[in-house]
Amino acid sequence: MSDETTPAADAVDHITPGGSVGAVPSGDLRGPDVVEVRTGMWGVHGPGDTTGFGGLVRQIAMPGSSARPYGGYFDEVVDVLLEVLEETEPGLAAKAVTGVVVDRDELTIEVAREHLVAVCRALRDDQDLRFELSLGVSGVHYPEATGRELRAVYHLTSVTHGRRVRLEVAAPDADPHIPSTVAIYPTHDWHERETWDFFGIVFDGHPALARIQMPDDWPGHPQRKDYPLGGIPVEYKGATIPSPDTRRSYS
Amino acid sequence: MSTATPHATRDAGKPSDAQDIPSFEAYGDGDWSSIAEEAARLGEERIVVNMGPQHPSTHGVLRLMLEIDGETVTEARAGIGYLHTGIEKNMEFRTWTQGVTYCTRMDYLAPFFQEVAFCLGVEKLLGITDDIPERASQIRVLLMELNRISSHLIALGTGGNEMGATTIMTTSFTAREEILRLFEAVTGLRMNHGFVRPGGVPQDLPPGFVADARAAMAKVRHYLGQLEKLMMENPIFKLRLVGVGHLNLSACMALGMTGPVLRSAGLPYDVRKSDPYCGYETYDFEVPVAQGADAYDRVVVRVAECYESLKIVDQVLERLEKGSGPVMVADKKIAWPAQMAIGTDGQGNSLDHIKEIMGTSMEALIHHFKLVTEGFRVPAGQVWQTVEAPRGELGVHLVSDGGTRPYRAHFRDPSFNNLQAVSMMCEGGQLADVVVAVASIDPVLGGVDR
Repeated sequence: MSDETTPAADAVDHITPGGSVGAVPSGDLRGPDVVEVRTGMWGVHGPGDTTGFGGLVRQIAMPGSSARPYGGYFDEVVDVLLEVLEETEPGLAAKAVTGVVVDRDELTIEVAREHLVAVCRALRDDQDLRFELSLGVSGVHYPEATGRELRAVYHLTSVTHGRRVRLEVAAPDADPHIPSTVAIYPTHDWHERETWDFFGIVFDGHPALARIQMPDDWPGHPQRKDYPLGGIPVEYKGATIPSPDTRRSYS
Repeated sequence: MSTATPHATRDAGKPSDAQDIPSFEAYGDGDWSSIAEEAARLGEERIVVNMGPQHPSTHGVLRLMLEIDGETVTEARAGIGYLHTGIEKNMEFRTWTQGVTYCTRMDYLAPFFQEVAFCLGVEKLLGITDDIPERASQIRVLLMELNRISSHLIALGTGGNEMGATTIMTTSFTAREEILRLFEAVTGLRMNHGFVRPGGVPQDLPPGFVADARAAMAKVRHYLGQLEKLMMENPIFKLRLVGVGHLNLSACMALGMTGPVLRSAGLPYDVRKSDPYCGYETYDFEVPVAQGADAYDRVVVRVAECYESLKIVDQVLERLEKGSGPVMVADKKIAWPAQMAIGTDGQGNSLDHIKEIMGTSMEALIHHFKLVTEGFRVPAGQVWQTVEAPRGELGVHLVSDGGTRPYRAHFRDPSFNNLQAVSMMCEGGQLADVVVAVASIDPVLGGVDR
């Protein structure tokens, strides 16, 4: 995010975490969520790259959306959620739920940000869903996933039914706004402040979106990938150990 | 929002870079001047007291901003961040195995819970959850339950000390010492263990450990009995705690409270029962609850949980005594190549292993070098893993990009979440009750700030 970029005045609608706009779970499945394409190896680029791996191209792909049946209680949760959303407002289900990913026995529901509050309310209030306990919000930053760089991830638990679900919401760097869910889950107060502090996601409607870990006048958001780790070389027994962010990376 | 050259304070006079985002200026004509002016204007009517961040009863560096009217607290807010060290960011620059040494330093009174939660998350990402040897899970359960007792002992001891009951503290710390000796025997360290690894644990229990642990548990049980006699029917103790820091069940649910605070309001929610891990479903134990929803009942729940943990420790010691077998996953592409040994300067590679890789097997040396410096690759994806820590539900959100380092590691620390309840617990109460209410949450600021 550069200095000259101003937040887009016209909010971009239908930002989906997985990238494919308008893919409803009952319809087409979208492929893997390619968040980055990397070249080379060991983080070496340009003329200094003598590794011989300069031509290597790798896609960093998160799991794509899943086909039914999802297995276990996942089908029921998705069915009831879609039904409740449809009752709230015809057509809402298809607009709000943009994808369902079942990976490693965990259910992720991808939600369009403008409908996040409605989805949370349905998940909390419907007696067949009853995700009454939220374990908070965390952020992820994929700087190369254009238009959906920032993710807010919500971890909900149903004590009543013994179930878990994860919501994933995306926002672009140019317009880092996601509606606040504090009205639904008051516990999100500090968690959203933390995600704002570390990632710069603005939770619209939060009662007091102030920094929580960093000092009030701190510039930048430290957990973003474009924010450097910092560090200095350390001398130890005559040898110089480079700072961690300058060491060879295998990722 | 340029982040190229981060510096501690924004240049004076430089305007905020995002229009609709709240920002705060510490000096100049910023927000604090208007806050200070308003405070001066209202100075006659209200007094705002800063309690902490350097206050012995704030469990570290918690800052409480209290507006008081006489002895009554009319408004209470918690300020945190004084111990933020960027552990999560640092973990993104280290291998998955090295991540353990970082997360163990978060909640420093309950290090094993972060280690186990992180490793369970990594194992889920790798898809090797079912391959973890039974004995490794048993050792993890043993360490976690011992750790739960030692952590609760600190909660009770420091809570008592803050009210002036020094004996509660000395007894608690004496009992905790027994447990720390066991930790030292197993891991070589009393805290910041870094002992649980993705794939298992690095080495088996030392010889004679089961007998030592049984002897230590007898002592811990004795000290717990002393503490109970000292606290539970003590009229002064009850006067200070009963009805203080009240937070009913619906408030607990709304604020996402877990652990003893939630169970003191009557809901027997415990991740060990609702979503078992490490084989907890095979152990016989109860989830203690109370109905008072106050600071006293949180003490009752913590003491009862210590006894339940002792029950689990008895059972797991029996299994460890009878059983044997590997403590690390069989996959040589994940398992740390060396069995570890404890030397005079702590835990290190065993000398036999060094002899083998340096003297006889070049392939083993290469393998060791690659796995230690580069680490193992973890398939791309994300997982969420929770464990029942002494202070509540500890969650780990791990994201992998398919590389040898975490792409993102987020820890949902129960203390961080539970501190949100300070306002509700303290407002309308006495100033002296703030100390009791905060102690009943038992926050550890290392975990809160990470």
